[in-house]
Order: sequence, then C-alpha cells, then structure tokens
Amino acid sequence: MAPQTASPLTDAEASNPPSRERASAGAIHESAYRHVTGEARYVDDLPLPAGCLFGWVVTSPHPHARVTGIDTSRAKAAPGVRAVLTAADIPGHNDVGAIIPDEPLFAEGEVHTVGQAVAFVVADTATQARKAAALVEVGYEPLPALLTIDAGIAAGAFLSEPHTIQRGEPKRAIAEAPVQLAGEVRTGAQEHFYLETQASLVVPEEGGTLRIACSTQHPSEVQAKVAEVLGKPRSTVVVEVPRMGGGFGGKESQAAPYACMAALAALSTGRPVKVWLNRDQDMTQTGRRHPFFSRFEAGFSKDGQLLGLEVDMFADGGWANDLSRSVLDRGLFHLDNAYFLPHVRCTGRVVKTNLPSNTAFRGFGGPQGIFVIEEILNRAAAQLGLDPVEIRRRNFYGGEGRDTTHYGQKIQNDRLPDVMALLESRVDLAARQADIAAFNAQSGRVKRGGGLMPVKFGISFTASHLNQAGALVQIYADGSVQLNHGGTEMGQGLHSKMLWVAATELGIPVDRIRAMTTATDKVPNTSATAASSGADLNGMAVRAACVTLRERLAEVACRALGLDPSEAAGVGFEEGEVFHPKAQERLTFEALVAKAYMQQVSLSATGYYRTPDIAYDPKLGRGTPFHYFAYGVAWVELEVNGLTGEHRLLRVDIAHDVGESLADRIDIGQIEGAFLQGWGWLTCEEILHHPTDGRLLTHSAGTYKIPAYGDAPLHFEVSLLRGAPQPGTIHGSKAVGEPPFMFGIGAVTALHQAIAAFGPPGREVRLSMPATAESVLRAVVLQQV
Amino acid sequence: MRYGGRPTGMQSLHFILNGTPVDVPGLSPTTTLLRFLRDREGLTGTKEGCAEGDCGACTVAVLEHDAKGRPRWRAQNACLLLLPMVQGKQVVTVDGLAGPDGLHPAQKALAEATGSQCGYCTPGVVMALFEATYRDDLDEPWKLDAQMCGNLCRCTGYRPIRDAAGAIAGSCPQDRHAEALHEAKPAAIGLSYSHGVQRYFTPTSLEVLWELLAAHPEARFVNGGTDLSLEVTKRFETPPLLISLEGIEALGTLTVSGDGALSIGASVRLADLEDASRRVSPALERMLRYFGARQIKNRGTVGGNLCNASPIGDLPPILIALGAEAVLLSRQGRRTLPLEDFFLDYRKTALEPGEILARIEVPPTPPNARTISYKLSKRRELDISSVAAGMRVVLDEEGVVLEARLAFGGMAATPKRAAKTEAALVGQPWTEATVEAAAPLLAQDFKPLSDHRGSSWYRSTVVKNLLLAFFEETSQQASPRLADRHTATAQVR
Repeated sequence: MAPQTASPLTDAEASNPPSRERASAGAIHESAYRHVTGEARYVDDLPLPAGCLFGWVVTSPHPHARVTGIDTSRAKAAPGVRAVLTAADIPGHNDVGAIIPDEPLFAEGEVHTVGQAVAFVVADTATQARKAAALVEVGYEPLPALLTIDAGIAAGAFLSEPHTIQRGEPKRAIAEAPVQLAGEVRTGAQEHFYLETQASLVVPEEGGTLRIACSTQHPSEVQAKVAEVLGKPRSTVVVEVPRMGGGFGGKESQAAPYACMAALAALSTGRPVKVWLNRDQDMTQTGRRHPFFSRFEAGFSKDGQLLGLEVDMFADGGWANDLSRSVLDRGLFHLDNAYFLPHVRCTGRVVKTNLPSNTAFRGFGGPQGIFVIEEILNRAAAQLGLDPVEIRRRNFYGGEGRDTTHYGQKIQNDRLPDVMALLESRVDLAARQADIAAFNAQSGRVKRGGGLMPVKFGISFTASHLNQAGALVQIYADGSVQLNHGGTEMGQGLHSKMLWVAATELGIPVDRIRAMTTATDKVPNTSATAASSGADLNGMAVRAACVTLRERLAEVACRALGLDPSEAAGVGFEEGEVFHPKAQERLTFEALVAKAYMQQVSLSATGYYRTPDIAYDPKLGRGTPFHYFAYGVAWVELEVNGLTGEHRLLRVDIAHDVGESLADRIDIGQIEGAFLQGWGWLTCEEILHHPTDGRLLTHSAGTYKIPAYGDAPLHFEVSLLRGAPQPGTIHGSKAVGEPPFMFGIGAVTALHQAIAAFGPPGREVRLSMPATAESVLRAVVLQQV
Repeated sequence: MRYGGRPTGMQSLHFILNGTPVDVPGLSPTTTLLRFLRDREGLTGTKEGCAEGDCGACTVAVLEHDAKGRPRWRAQNACLLLLPMVQGKQVVTVDGLAGPDGLHPAQKALAEATGSQCGYCTPGVVMALFEATYRDDLDEPWKLDAQMCGNLCRCTGYRPIRDAAGAIAGSCPQDRHAEALHEAKPAAIGLSYSHGVQRYFTPTSLEVLWELLAAHPEARFVNGGTDLSLEVTKRFETPPLLISLEGIEALGTLTVSGDGALSIGASVRLADLEDASRRVSPALERMLRYFGARQIKNRGTVGGNLCNASPIGDLPPILIALGAEAVLLSRQGRRTLPLEDFFLDYRKTALEPGEILARIEVPPTPPNARTISYKLSKRRELDISSVAAGMRVVLDEEGVVLEARLAFGGMAATPKRAAKTEAALVGQPWTEATVEAAAPLLAQDFKPLSDHRGSSWYRSTVVKNLLLAFFEETSQQASPRLADRHTATAQVR
C-alpha cells in the first residue's frame, strides 16, 4: 500500500486510489464472525429495559371506508393494557409522509387501505396487547375502493401531476419510421422480504427526551417524524441503528410510523415500548415495489434502430405519496437504459389506489423503467426477425451525436463498451446462441433461451439536496479509533467499506478501528442509506474527517521528527507508522497520537461531503441529475419446460463496473444477490390481493415465494472491470447496490427466446409478469395455437 | 395410568441445551422452543423470520435417532417445535456452537465464504450446515441442495452459501458434537404435562394411548407438529389437550422387504422415508425430494401428512398410485383401507373416534409397472404444491394397460384418482395415441379451483400435460429418477 500524505487531496487525486492491490480486496463482512455465532444484535435482540411494554397496531380491515367512531374502552380495560392510542392522542402533527404530508400516522375520518393503522395498543406483554387490540371497536362505513392501477387510472385518481421528458419530434419520427410498434407493458409489485421485520424500541429518558433503537435506513427521518408527531424539537430525539436484517428500500421511509407509534406510547406511559411486526403484519401493513403500467408507441428502422418512442408510464403509488414521485422520476430517467433515444417523449404519473403505500425498493423505479425499453426491444426483435443481442448492440449509446440522455445529461466515461468487452472475453455470445439453437432444434418439450442484459444506471439521489453526508472520527489517546458516519448497515457491507476507507486514510490496520452504531447524535441531518449512495457519500465524508486528523497529526509528527511544521505536507502514514522522507526515524501511530494528546491537539474531527455539480429541473425535463453512471452487462441462459411452464436458470455471467472496488468480495456479493432478487421480482414473486375486499392473499413466507437455494444457477460468474477508477468518487470506486438488480431482466429476454422456440418464427411472445410457471405456460400455449 | 412404565404425576419439562441441562419453569406446553430460547434464555442468535417453518432463520439442531436407530443431528425449525417435543433431548443452537477452540467449522466456512450479508438468516444457515457437517450420505450434489433449501436468504444469491456447504458437508470433525453421535438410543420418553387448562401427553405404548383416549376423547393428536404448530404461531391458538404419538415405538418403524414392499409406521419422519425410498421407489423419492425443507422432513411424519388430509398434501397422490393401504388401529382392533378411501372430504379422514393411523403398507412393485410423480409449485423448493401427481400403469406382456392409478393433489377437495381417465387407459395399448385420447377426460374427472397458487386453467392444463410427460418419461425407464439439476438437460425438474 502506498503511503498517504498529510496534504488534502484534490478530488482527482482522491479518485486515484493508492494502488490496485488493496488489502480490502479479500475482506469479508466486518460482522461476519458475529453473524455466524448469533452474537450480532438486531433491534429485537437488544436486552429489554426494565418495565418495557409491547405494542400492537390496530389496522383497517377495509380498503376504503369512513370511520364512524372508535371506542377503546373495552381494550383499555383488558388485562395488562397501559394505553390505547389513536389520532386524538397525538400532540404534534398526525402525519408521517416522507415528502408530502398526506399520510396520517393514525387514520382520521377515513381509512384508505387494508392494514392502515387506526390505533396502537401497549400492554405488559405482546400477547396482552394483541388480545386487547381485538377489543378496539372501530365503526366503518365501507366506500368504493380502487384495487388495481387500471381502476385508479379509469377513476382519474392521481397522486402527482404529469412529469414529461421530451427530446426531438417523437410523433413525427414514429410516423415516418419504416416499422411501427405499439403496446402495453406491465410489471408487478415486489415484497422486500427483508428477513428482519420492522422493529423499534423506544426508551424515554429524562426531561421528556427519547432514545430509539430502530431498524431503519433513514434514522434522521425517523428522528424528524417522531419529533413532528410529538411536537418536539428534533434535538430531544436520538435514533440509533445497530444494524438491519436487510432493508432493500423497505426501511427507508416505512420504519418511521412504527417508531412514531412506540414513541408516542413511551411518552404517554413513561415506559420503554417495543414494537416488532410479525411477518404477516409486516407484509400486510407496509408497502412494496411499485407496479408500473406503460403504453408505448415506437418506430424502428428495418435494421432495428429505434427512431422514435412515446411512453405513458403509470406507477401504482398505493394510498399515499411516500416516495412515489421520485420512484416514478427514476423510471422516466431510466427509460433509455443503455440505449440512445433520438426522438422521445415520456410522461409519468403516480396513480392512487386503495392499497398499501408503495415505497422504495432496490432500483427505485429504475428497474420498472428499464423493463419497458427491454420489452420493446424484445418485441421489436421478434417483429423484425432480428437477433435480440444484435438489436441491443445497434441501439447502444456511442458514436457521433449519440452521447446525451433524453433529459440532457451528457454521458461521460461510457463504460458499456468496456463491460461488453469483458463479458465477451469470458462468454462467446455467438457460440452460446448457436448452442441454444442446436439444443432447441433437437428438443421438443424443453427449449432454451439466452438474454443479454446491459445496464446503465444513474447514481445520485435525484432530489439533489439529499446528496450530502457526514462523519465523525475519534482517535483515543491509545491510538484506537472510533468511526461514526451517517450511513446504516443493512448487510451491504457499508461499515466494512468505511472501515477500509478510514484505515487507508489514516495508514493504520483496520482492526484498530471500530465502526460504531449509526446514531443521530453523532452525525446529524443525514440522508437515507439508499440510492446505492452509501459508500459514495459517507466514504467521502469519512475521508474528509481523516484528512483533517492527518493534518493535525502531521504537525505533531514534524515536531517529533525534528522538522519544521511547514514540512507537514510531506508526512506519510503507512501500516501503523508515521514518517517523513527527510527524517530517519519512524513513529508508531500510537506514539504520535500520545504526543498529540499531551500537546493538547484535538483528536476528534467531523467530515462532510456534498456531491458537486448536479441539478435537475423537472419543469423543463432537463438537467444533470446524476454524478455518474454505473455500468454492467449480463448473459442469462435458461431452459423452459413446455409442459409445465417451469424454467431453470442454467448459467449467468456478469461483467460489472464498480470502478476501483473498495472491497471486491463484498461487491461481488452485492451483484450476485441483486441478480437473484431481480430474477425473483420477474418470476416467482407474485403479490395478489383479493379482487373485491382488497385483502392481501400473499401475506406470509408460505404464500409469497422469494428465490430459494436451488434457484441460483450453478454457473454464476461475476467479473469486475479492472483498472477503471471513476473520477470524483471515494478512492475511485462506484456504487453497487442497485445497478445489478436489473440483470434479472435478462431472464425475461431469455424466456422470450425460449418461449418463441415453441412456435413458428416471428410470432410475438405474450408473457405477463411475473413469469410464474403458469404465466410461462400460457405464453407457450399462445405460441403454439 | 402409566407412562413408559413410570408412575404418573405431572412432570416438568427439561432438555439439554447446548450441553447444559435446562429445567423449564411452568410454561404452556404450546410454548415454542424459539420463544423459549429468545424470551426466557436470552439466546437471541436464533431468529424468527416467518413463524411457519418457511424461512429457516430459527433452525436449531436436535439429536434424534433415525428409523434405523442411528443417532443423528437433525436441523429443525425452532418456531414449530413445542417444548414437549424436545423433552429429554439434546438441542444445539447457534449460540452454543463455538467451542473452546473457536468457531465450529460450519461457522468458519460460512463467514469466510462471504456467506453472510445482513446476517439475519445466517444463524439458521449455520445450523443447516451443522447438520450437513455430520451427515455421511450427502453423496450426490442434489442432496446438498435438499439439505440447504429450507433456508431463505434475501441478500447473497446463495452462491457463497453453496460454496460453504460444499466445503464442509460430510467433513464430520472429531469434536463433542461427533461424540454425541455415538450415544445409544435411550428408552422412549413419556410425558404427562399440564399447565393451566392445557395438557400434553406423550404416551410410550399403545396400551397407554388407548387409556388416554378413553379418558380424553376430545384430545387432538400431534406427531411432528409441523402443521399443528401453525395454529399456535400464526393463529395464536392454545390447543387445550394434545396427545403426541412420537413416543410409541411401534409407530416409528420402517421396513423394506426384499421384494420392495414398504411398511411405514405413521411416526416415520419424512427424511427417513426419503432415505428408504431411494432403493425401492424412485417415484416416491422424486416426490420427497421437493416435498419441503430438510428441517420439515426432519420433523414431519408420514402419518401427519396423511391425517392432515389436505388436498395439497404431497404424499397422498404418489402413495395412492403405488397402491398403498392404510392400517388403522383402535382399542377394538385393526382395519385396513385403500389409501384413496382414507380421504373422505376436505380435511376429513375415515378415522373413527378412538382410532389412529398406524401404518402405511406399500405393496411390491408389480412386474411391468411404469411409475412417476410430479410436484408443481410456484417455487421449485420449499413450496406448497399447486398440483401434485402420482401415476402408475401396469402393462401386460403385449403392452396393454392392465391397471391404471392416476392420483392428483390440488385438483379437488381431497387427493383423488382420475377414475374416467384411468378407465379409458385400461385395456388399451400403452401408446402416445392412447394417452392423448385419454387426457381430455381429466377435464371430466376434475374441476379444480383457482387460488393464489394457480388458476383452474393452469391446473386443468398442466395435469393433461403431466399425463403426457408420464408416458414420455417412462418410455425409456420404468420409474425414472429425477435428473440432478447439476446434470439436467431434458428435464427441468
């Protein structure tokens, strides 16, 4: 490892990492040994404070109804019950909407979905609270309900005004195109199914203050919502996140309501209160990935060039806004995926339905937007008789005048050619296609298909102000270090990466640094750990704090080495030692820190970072919303049983660009997991509601099926692009959480090819999502008639 | 009244937890092991992810003896184990795995394979790996899949978990857990336990069982409990009176005759039946392979699956196709029924009050029989059937169908044979033309429902296709084994 110098690095230098061979390349998760022993604690595992009460949420059984009255008297009289809280008990604002205040914590006047909170019962035991919850008497007068996105559109029920992005003259381009194509595209909901359900533990402290342990990706928002609901300043609330048992977006905005209920109860009873949702409650009450419905018209040249495109995109927001507008925006931004759209108009709108409020989920609308263009290309390939790989190549960005997105962002550092070259160095695509064709020629009941799935994914919160982060690094007088930053750990390895950033910057072994529980009293006003931004934003903030400390320590080192403090810029920090080229002696980091303490030098520093030069104007549909793009490409191969509709993944090869990886094995884990989660969204994971009463029919592990062990392909290879540092990012790395989720869409392209092989050539495959065995069998049958 | 020869009296619950004897304070007998570990012992390593045995996060290992009497560490779902079910047994949890020498090899292998991300499923994965470490029969790659498929992970994509499993399966380190595998089978442990209005009995002989039934005709039976426990964990019920059949040795035996006949005690665990079926019935093995999680097969019993009488139970169709008979016992005596006659209506069996299902007798395979099973579900592993099928034809020397037994689950209120379709096959040559002519009759035999597992259209269409698949698959081999996914080409399953 090359030494760090004391002088602050420029952005360009920061992105040139010390060396490719980082010690962190082989690192495993910083909590791995605690995970496998069961020592790792989650909110529900924390020791209970004395006198802790347990909460149970009373929810609406109706998708839409007028609330005619709430009688809590029987519940209050039940054994062990300490409080029954409703909207009337809220001292501050009865609202937990993440952006728009349209989401009451407890229903007032009307309920808008099955599972909406009406009241909260706290009792000495969870069993007592559950039993008493059944005694809360709520009068309902049922109202007509909108239970599908189509019903919402038909009723003109929207949660947003239209957002349009347009370039060129799409109508004319389509009309003049040699080949026209029109149709509809739908994708379904997806339950996060984090293994750890929502949980909060609230402990009242003196002076009316609260300390909250919460399983959330967004502790600052939990803090803000609790303060608003209670009518208190945020300074009275501390939120801590030990770690999460998975988040995937589901704990970005939707952890807050439960923390608010428990906080209200803690304040009202003066006792600690825990709320933990069981799986059925979690699945019934919280939102999911937005289903999207799109209508499109497209014009192509005969050789498959997309000439013009118009898309109307609708996102099912559920009953309240939550983050839906931003989700829809990201869908619009990603309509291009990796393809140049010369003439395009896309318009998006959030639809209101009487279903749980849909929320962030890995990709955040990006997968839904990208799915649309991939589906259009699949249909066009069938109609034009083109190889689905070739039609994609022909539409990639690149070449004269083909380097600007439909919203006007210029594409710099286009890595798609690089990841394509990397993939093709490992997978002979022509040979794979030939193998598939040969197999299909000799096999009647089983057909194979392959899918190429390129991904270009924009990195940054599209609400530009969110792109900021803070850190607090504290060196103790013995040379050991505590690291605080604003990001939360949900399994993605953020703490591991941050430890390595700090170790690299301070030039000390990583085991000298302890990653602390994320807490709003250590780093304030943080953004959610979301949008794949955790390492990008917090890494820069951690680095900034370490640079400040290095600068202070370098002056101390100069004095100790007999040099003038003006030589401080030349002081190096490396492998636990501190040195200067002009001095013979080397100091240990510990000795230097001890000297600094004795010389009354501050050993604690904050760091702060904001992403420069990003902005977007939604009125114009123009701007540079993204700091950069992450790239990757996957080849997905599978086979379909034409008698049952089942399919099996045979091989998946991925080439992915994470810049200079901060921790290779952790990044590979993110990529593999994202692929299978994306495949699950489009195949086995199906959310079903009762068509008239709106009840969720798939509310448990027994009825909702995420991918299992044997679904992972046996050939599952991920290659990281090497020697490709990204300018202006922490140590040249790139975001990894969301982009690989989209690789799962490659399975649908492959399914199209396999299903098409059951019928005559050139026939459009009509495959609805999710592609369950039933859906695939329907498509096979349609192909054969 | 006596229990296993010991005098009566309300006994206490006790078991050995991570090597230390534990006396359970006065708790309801329907307290799950998971709640006990977390709420009473403060052992929070074991997690609740679903409370229905469908995610594996609560997996622990229990030392039990298999149908051959060999001691085995068996991964089971702590969320479905009621405390009396571990009475007197050894239980190991993730918190107690690491020894004085550091991590258990299963823990080390998983951590170092980057097999944990968020870590919440990890303790359960470790315990499934723990069982794999001491198994000596993981001799084919698919068996490792079957070992691990009961543990859902939402983060990793499973590749690193598979790496860890491959690295440690069957390694059997000579440690204290291996030493426990030399312990002789103890005498059956009887139990008579009460708490408040709840009572739980584990008689160890039929004689005592009859006495109990006479005294408590309203009692419910429990065996593996993998279904009954859901009433506790999902519906929050507290069954007042349970009689467990797992202590009665006569119900736990499994014999395989030289001619391939099987005699299966009602208490035989599904994992043991899977093991025995390998040698005598590939069609039965196919069904058991995707029956459910290893944790469920390690605990669930043949009798439980049949007496549950669910229309989507996985065993009935194939056992009916094999011509199995149910042996029913009561104080008054014994009677036998063809298994298809055991199922009367939705979740209703032919059992009279005071009567139990004691055994299943599967006759030897007739000469020139073709047999197969299929299970279709939304997810291949760890899922409930949308359609389950067991099919057999017996041919004469000319290839004409002498007997046809086509049984399906998920198609009616009970597991049911396709009478009209069978009739159309009998007496006809076993050819594609015959099958294609008979298949449309399935629409007369069954009017399936639509639900979240599959529509009526899917079920109706796919059973016709399965009949065709049956013909095609058995044209090469009388009872084809399931192709390993590691070598699969033509078969998707």
